[in-house]
Amino acid sequence: MRKTYVIILLAILVGSYARLDYVLAVTEPPAEGGKLPEIILPVPENSEEKKYLGLDEDGSFKISQIKAEIVVIEIFSMYCPHCQKEAPVVNELYEAIQKRSDLKDKIKIIGIGGGNTAFEIKLFKNRYKIPFTLFPDADFTIHRLLGEVRTPYFVVVQMNRDRSHQVIYSRLGGFGDPDTFLQFILENSSLRKEDS
Amino acid sequence: MLKRGFFLTFFFLTVLIVQPTFVHCGVEQSESKVFRTGKLKPVDSRTHLKIGDKAPDFTLPSIGGEKVSLRQYKGAKNVVLSFIPAAWTAVCSDQWPGYNIAKEMFDQNDAILLGITVDNLPTLFAWTKEFGEMWFPVLSDFWPHGKVAGLYGVLRSEGTTERAIFVINKEGIIRYIDVHNINEMPRLEVLIEELEKLQN
Repeated sequence: MRKTYVIILLAILVGSYARLDYVLAVTEPPAEGGKLPEIILPVPENSEEKKYLGLDEDGSFKISQIKAEIVVIEIFSMYCPHCQKEAPVVNELYEAIQKRSDLKDKIKIIGIGGGNTAFEIKLFKNRYKIPFTLFPDADFTIHRLLGEVRTPYFVVVQMNRDRSHQVIYSRLGGFGDPDTFLQFILENSSLRKEDS
Repeated sequence: MLKRGFFLTFFFLTVLIVQPTFVHCGVEQSESKVFRTGKLKPVDSRTHLKIGDKAPDFTLPSIGGEKVSLRQYKGAKNVVLSFIPAAWTAVCSDQWPGYNIAKEMFDQNDAILLGITVDNLPTLFAWTKEFGEMWFPVLSDFWPHGKVAGLYGVLRSEGTTERAIFVINKEGIIRYIDVHNINEMPRLEVLIEELEKLQN
């Protein structure tokens, strides 16, 4: 009898190994003032996008390797109607940054499509004429690392010169007026110190 | 020892059962209007229809006010029937908004999409307003309850429908059936690939 239970337990443990591993991998959303989990993304094939992110090599990269002082990360889904409504607003933020010669090389935006395939990402990018890089996350690997956040969700990360970083914004929902949000980023990051 | 064994078995089973369903549900809407059904039985019906069968005709009221019949597209358009379980629920509240930005892909394949649920018209009207303007007809199979879902063999025992897709060619013949796991989102590219096959 005892043996039977040991066997049953072992079978359950072995059978559920992958699922338990999954449960343990789930984390909290990035905390403001805290660190971003290590996110590895594929280097874009598009040379313009590669140049925008300041990546020299092919293969994969970490977010900390993006050549910028501030990285804005949008977690979205092509299927999410709120993300669809937010897409033109994020484009406005991108344009507002690009218009500022003092900021365009310092603030970069990327999007990560939770549960979205490359096909779905392409559709979303084309539909809303999104100028920055969107990365698929079809199996939710990154979404899980970011604490299973609902969408749209925005994280703003400040990259420090000593290669460390700090999350300065991590919130659910649209960020509102792009100019106001840009001002918020400037006032709450090292860019403000540079200005002063 | 026996009691301990029971306890440990129960503990590990509990860990497995109560784990969140987000691995299936995925990313959801940020507003709290969506009703959380929890994880449901993946498929709760068995369709008698198969590829090559003539698609059963039907006429249903749409949120636009007009009645829509399958036969009106015969010889003119390929038809995609998208049955979804219920308004105001997870996955459903993302699936059609996804299709709503893919009109061009349906147009390129000479296809119309007909969205069907067993909800009544006012419910469907209010729910789809959340998504903005819809380009495809949204049809109510509310009364007689689930009659069309029944014709297609996708009415679940609790009165909702499966998350099912039927692709019907211009001759009115079923070319693709996907009675999907109700908890998961069918991949858009799979559907588009099936539509492209009709063009060859």
